[in-house]
This record gives sequence, structure tokens and C-alpha cells, in this order.
Amino acid sequence: MDWHLLISQLLNGLQLGLLLFLLASGLSLIFGIMDFINLAHGSFYMVGAFVGATVVSLTGSLIIAVVVTMIAMLILGVLVDILIARKLYGQDHLDQVLVTFGLILVFDTLAHIIWGSAGATIPLPDVLNGQIEIATFVMPTYRLLIIVCGLLVALGSYFLVTRSRLGMLIRAGASNRNMVTALGVNIDRLYLIVFAIGAAMAGFAGLLIAPITEASIGMGNEIIIIAFVVVIVGGIGSVKGAFYGAILIGFIDTLGRSYLDDLLKLFLSNQSAETAAPALSAMLVYILMVVVLVFKPEGLFPPSGFNKK
Amino acid sequence: MMLEVKGLHKQFGGIHASRDINLVVEKHGVHAIIGPNGAGKTTLIAQLSGALKPDAGRLRFDNTDITHMSRHRRAHAGLVRSFQITSIILPMSVLENVMLAVQSTEGHSYRFWAPVSQDAELKEKAMQSLSEVGLGNRADQMAGEISHGEQRQLEIAMALALKPKLLLLDEPMAGMSKEESANMIELLKQLKGETTILLVEHDMDAVFSLADTTSVLVNGHIIATGSTDEIRNNAEVQKAYLGD
Amino acid sequence: MIGTLSKPSGLVYSTVIVLLLIAPVVISLMEHSFYLDLLTRILILTIAVVSLNLIVGYGGMISLGHAAYLGIGAYSVGIPSYYEVFNGYIHLGLAIGGSALFALVTGIICLRTRGLYFILITLAFTQMLYYTFVSIEEYGADDGLVIYQRSEFGGLLDIENANTLYYAVLVVLLLSLYLMHRLIHARYGKVLFGSKHNDERMQSLGYNTYQYKLSCYVISGTLCGIAGFFLGNFTNYISPEMMDWTHSGELIFMMVIGGTGAVLGPVLGTATFLFLEEFLSSITVYWHLIFGLLLIALVMFGKGGLHGLLSRMDRRWEKSQ
Ligand SMILES: Nc1ncnc2c1ncn2[C@@H]1O[C@H](COP(=O)(O)OP(=O)(O)OP(=O)(O)O)[C@@H](O)[C@H]1O
Ligand SMILES: [Mg+2]
Repeated sequence: MDWHLLISQLLNGLQLGLLLFLLASGLSLIFGIMDFINLAHGSFYMVGAFVGATVVSLTGSLIIAVVVTMIAMLILGVLVDILIARKLYGQDHLDQVLVTFGLILVFDTLAHIIWGSAGATIPLPDVLNGQIEIATFVMPTYRLLIIVCGLLVALGSYFLVTRSRLGMLIRAGASNRNMVTALGVNIDRLYLIVFAIGAAMAGFAGLLIAPITEASIGMGNEIIIIAFVVVIVGGIGSVKGAFYGAILIGFIDTLGRSYLDDLLKLFLSNQSAETAAPALSAMLVYILMVVVLVFKPEGLFPPSGFNKK
Repeated sequence: MMLEVKGLHKQFGGIHASRDINLVVEKHGVHAIIGPNGAGKTTLIAQLSGALKPDAGRLRFDNTDITHMSRHRRAHAGLVRSFQITSIILPMSVLENVMLAVQSTEGHSYRFWAPVSQDAELKEKAMQSLSEVGLGNRADQMAGEISHGEQRQLEIAMALALKPKLLLLDEPMAGMSKEESANMIELLKQLKGETTILLVEHDMDAVFSLADTTSVLVNGHIIATGSTDEIRNNAEVQKAYLGD
Repeated sequence: MIGTLSKPSGLVYSTVIVLLLIAPVVISLMEHSFYLDLLTRILILTIAVVSLNLIVGYGGMISLGHAAYLGIGAYSVGIPSYYEVFNGYIHLGLAIGGSALFALVTGIICLRTRGLYFILITLAFTQMLYYTFVSIEEYGADDGLVIYQRSEFGGLLDIENANTLYYAVLVVLLLSLYLMHRLIHARYGKVLFGSKHNDERMQSLGYNTYQYKLSCYVISGTLCGIAGFFLGNFTNYISPEMMDWTHSGELIFMMVIGGTGAVLGPVLGTATFLFLEEFLSSITVYWHLIFGLLLIALVMFGKGGLHGLLSRMDRRWEKSQ
């Protein structure tokens, strides 16, 4: 067995998992607290990538790009909450699906109008463009940075959720929506904050990945579905669940892609195995979700005090 | 014996909503269950009707073990409930609501072709149940548009249309005006001869004027069962419930 | 189903149906075969939307995976053709059997869940099917298959002929609309309607609502599979992309434009969607923006879709009589 390959695949899985976490934690809270299905959450991911790319191309600084993107995403989140989402919280799920599907069309086209159809790249500064060597193991510096950033945000959100007053309200809201209202909290403001932070985290994820995949129209539409899988597997309304779920799915997906073909080659021709492996590993993720839904519908790591009502 | 409950347990997190409930409901007459808010009355009804699964315990109904019988089978076996919070199909007419109930008693509904609206027999049977509860004149109105009291009556009409052997009524008078309550009590008195009733009710006057037997449920446990007079004079009951 | 002909809704629907009946003749006179293609596509997708309307509008089951059945139906034409089996009865049989089976197996699992869970689990199954076809190298994987020859129905029906295909689809559509009309007013439909609005109550009334919903889900999937059979024949091409979740979203969109739960809603909804798509995309590449805004406005302000609008006009008309 090639240990270098395994380690690098594990790191890739971790990287994917952390990106998924950035998307899924917001998605999960938005559903858990506001009872809102946001298909357009992936659009925030895309917008984050494009805004970041633009700022880098204007200023040449990745750090400025991060700051500007975060501010822009918070504003966008606030706007979407006030103008549209707020009116649908707790309403008919069909309406939510439709409106957020409409939002996807709007965001995708606006991105097309503003940034053109070609997509946008983020060139990395030399410091980040190299590779890091640890003993005999070589890894791209930037990928390591993604992992570090992802872990830092995860740690940050852990403290936010477990240690702050806002976090207390978020947890209360996720396990029992009525309780928060009973506490006399300004519920609209809580919703607004959760939605905006969710948008910012999704945008940050888009910005992080853009130097590798580049920003492109519709880039959020596939990953959002996986993020929903993470939400279900982890347990709706649970940030901890989103974290473990995301890492788990990151690993399954990456390891499936790189090792399933070897397994399949035992049964299939080389070429068929190479076509089938990525598709089947993508399928594994959905199978996992169905199994969880059937046997443990509250998810693997439901929020504490969870009750189905 | 109509219904026998043995060692029923149900827990929600830390709350024991039912703890070791033993209960026998005899054929004919009205058996009332009283108890303070949150005592576990609705939870008991839900378990009897099959909407909730008990954590432990056994249920026998009409000489059959129904512990593991599904909700819809129990309804067909003659164990029928009404809901504390009115549960009707709002965007259907009053008559159509009852027709659904009648339809359920007539075998499967995998009938894809003949329009229900031209089924005179179905309509007639439904009208009978409606008239029985005094709602005949509301038949064509939408269920969502009649008054709260009338919706409660509709709730009963739907249950009656199923021709129950045992009718589980969860606070049928909840939220009714004095006059409406009085009408409902009259209705229940009429029904008394036709079917067995398990009545959950807060209104003491109603209970004492209707019930043959009364059980008192406190904190998920039945602390006393007896005739109306026995319960009225039971010291423990007075302390636990009637006292406050 | 159409009601009084002189009512606004009666007028609109009967005009639409008459237009659909004579369209091929008119189009062949005008020599604009493009429009016949567009109309055929509209009719095929209308069948799919009718089937979706059955589970969402009457059964209350919001599926975000209905495109799966279009795919199953289309591959039922494509795969046999790949092996040079062109027998249309075999194709149609596979489409019906395959989609019924898929609906049954996934429905048994999906219907254990509700709400968001139901939406996502239907989506998950469709994604699995999507990736299954992506993984099969033999059938073109990502690129799909070209169907060189349409299904053969002996001497009975030659759907290579565009007009024949059109009328075949139209007949199936009209039949399925009539079936829906009968079904929702019959006992079965009343049970579905009841369980959509109050499932608890229906169970307490003695209905095994799970079974009723499951059968409804299977009927719907099967009908959509038939639409897929026509779609494969019509486009002469199939690929996994047909099952992408955004296409399931589009089907819901069409349904809502027409009016969820209205028997004839899908006809108006699908036609409006595809005409708008055709028209807007001819004037701007950014037509998705208008579509998105339209969808949002429709949900927030236009309850009941086009059918709802017609019903309101009907009521005004009745008052004025
Ligand atoms: N689904 C549930 N999850 C958690 N707790 C529940 C649930 N249903 C009931 N309970 C709890 O169980 C206890 C009994 O509730 P129940 O509704 O049976 O009382 P009740 O006697 O019918 O009260 P009331 O007179 O108000 O109708 C209450 O403390 C209630 O909060
Ligand atoms: Mg109660």
C-alpha cells in the first residue's frame, strides 16, 4: 500500500469535509431554527468565490479579499433574509423549495451578467503556491491552509455555540423553537444573525476553494446537495453534527474516489472500473443518507434535548 | 369487558406520562377519566388508539390483544377516538368529512372511477351521523368555516359514523360555550345506550352527570377508580385533584 | 372537468385543447416544423407534470426527484435500441415496469419520512440513479446514448413521423388528464386529499394512509415513466443529465405556474414555462434571471398559479351573470 497516497487522500478528505462543514453548519441551523429549506445556500458559496476573485484581482491581496468577502456576504445574507427568506420561515416547504430554487436562477444569472460566463480564478501568491515537505511527505501549502482555516472556523463556531449567549439561544432554538420566543428574545434578530452568519460561512468556503477550482457559475448547485446530505446525516440543527457529518462524508467521498476503482478492478475491466468508481463513491454518500434516514432519522449527532416536534 | 389495560408505561425524556396504568372498561355505559392538566390523559388515549406506542404494557380490546395492532386496524375493530384539539379535514365540506368516515367502514377505497358525489347511499349514511349530532343544516359548508362548537360536533359525528364499539372522547367539550356544552352532554346521554364511551373531561358537572365509573389520573398514574359517589368522597382524590 | 364552456376557465381550456388538436395541421400549412417540436415537448413534459401534480397536489408528497422517471423511461428506449431491439412494446413495457418498480422500492422507504426528509430522500434516490448511469461506461456514462431509431409498433403506429408522435403523446396526455379527473373525485382521491391535509385523522378513521400514498406514488412514477419513454423517442438522445435535480425542480416550477392540485393546471403551467423559455432565451441569454424572479413572485404573490387566476375570473363571471 502506498502510504503517501493514503495520507494525501486523507488530507483531501479532511479538506472536503471542512468545506462541507462551512456550508452545512449554516444550512443545518437555518433549517433547525427557522424551519427553512434553503436550496440557494450554495449560491452564497458561489458569490463568495466570485467576490473574492474580484477583490484579489483588484488589490492583489488575499487578506483584503477575505475581509471584503466576509462583509459582502454578511450584507447579502441580511438582504436575502429581510427581502425574501423571512417571509417564508416556518411556512409551506413547497413554497420554500420554489422560492429558493428561483433564487438560484437569479444568483446564477446575476453572476453571469457581472462576471461573465468564463468564471474567475484567484492566483495564489508565491508563499502559498509552493509545497510543504514534512519528512518524505509533500503537500501543497495552500491545501494545508484550507485545512487550517477550516479547523479554525470550526473551533470558532464551537466556542460561539457552546460559550456565548448567542450560542445558547441558537441551541435552544434548534432543539425547541417555541422556547426561544418564550424567553422573550427578539426572534427576528436572532434569525437574521443566524442567516447572515450562515451566508458568510458559505461564502468563505467558496473563497477558500476558488484558487483550486476557480469560481464558476452554478458551482454551488452540486455541493449544496451534498451539504444537505451532511445536514441529514449529522442531525438537523446541530453544529457538532454538521462537523462530524461533513468530515465523515468528506472521507467517504475522497477515499471512495481513490480506492473504489482498485476494488472494482477485481470485477470489472480497468476502464469500466475507472469510470464507475467516482460515480459509485458519489452514490455511497446518498446511500449513507438513506440508511441514516431510515434507521436514525434524527441524525447521527442530533442537538441535545432533541425532540421531534 | 370492553377494554383492559395492563401495566401501561410511557415516558417522554424525563416525564413519566403513563406509569403502570391498569384499567378495565366494562361494556356499556360511560367510563370517565379525570385528572389535572398534564396528568397524561391525552397520552393514554393516544396509546389506546394506537397513535403512540407504549414503552411497556398490554392492551386487550373486545377479547383480542391489540397491543401491536396498527391504528387503522383498531379503528376498524371498533376502537375509535376523537381529538382534544379538533382534527378534521378543513378544506372539505362538513358532509364530505363524515363521508370519509362512512367510506372507511365500507371496505377498501381503491376505487378510482366512480365519483363520490354521486354515491347516494354514502351521502345518506353521512347525513344520518350529522343529524344525530345536530349538524344536518351545516352539511354543505366548508369544515373550516363553521364555528368552533360545530367543529367539535363534527368531530363526534365522524367518530360515530365509524360505528364504534368503544368511543374514546378526549375533552369533547373543550372550548365550548355553556350552551354548546349542554347540548353535547345531551348528545352523549343519548349515545350512552348505543355504545361504550371512555370520556376524558375537565368539566366536573359533565363527568358526574354522565359517568357510571370514574378513574382519576394524576402524574401518569391512576390513583382511584370507582363510582361517581366514591370518587367524590375519596380523600386521596380530593387532596390530589379536587382540592385545588 | 372543463365546466361550463362559457366560463372564462372553460373558454381557455377548451380553446387550448382545440388548438392542440389542430396544431399539426396548421403548422404543416405554415411549414414551421420547429413549432411542432416545441409543442410535442410541451405535451410530453405535461404528462410528467400531471404525474407530479398527483403526488404533490393531491397526495401532499413533495418530491424533488421526479426527473428520475423521465430518465428511466428514456433509458428504456435507449438501452434496448443500443442492442438493436426496437420493439416499442418492449420499450414501453420496460418504461412502465422499470418506473413502477423504482417508485415502489424507493416509495416504501421514502414514505417512512416526512417534510424536508421526504424532499431530500426522493432527491437522494434520484441522485443514486443518476450516478448509476454515469458509472456505466457501456451506455455512454456521462455522455449518454444516441437513439438512432424510434420505437417500432409494427404497422400500427409509426412514430418516426412527427405528426404521429405528436398525436400519440396527445392521446396519452388526454387520457391521463381524464384519469386524474376521475381519480380525484372517486373514493381513492378523497382518501388522498384527506391524508394530505390531516394524515393523523385519516389513520384514526381507519385508513392505512401509508398504503394509499405508496400506491399513489407508484401510479405517479409510472405515468412519468411513460412521459420519459416519449421523451427518449422524441429527443433521440438520452444522458444522465436528464435526471439532474434541477430538472426535478423545473417540473415543480411548471406545476406551480399552472396551479398545484388543479387537474388542468399542468397543461397551462408547462406550456407557459416552455413558451416563456423559448421566447425569453431568444431575446436574452440572461433569461434565467426573469425566470427566477417570476418564480419568486409567483410564490409570494400569485397563489394558485394560472388555474387560481382563472378560478377567480370564473367567480367574477358568475357574479356578473
Ligand atoms: N410528544 C411529547 N413529547 C414530550 N412530552 C410530551 C409529549 N406529549 C405529552 N408530553 C408530556 O406528557 C405529559 C402528559 O401530557 P398529556 O397531553 O397526556 O396531558 P393531559 O392530561 O392530556 O393534559 P391536558 O389536560 O392539558 O390535556 C405532559 O407533561 C406533557 O408535556
Ligand atoms: Mg389532553
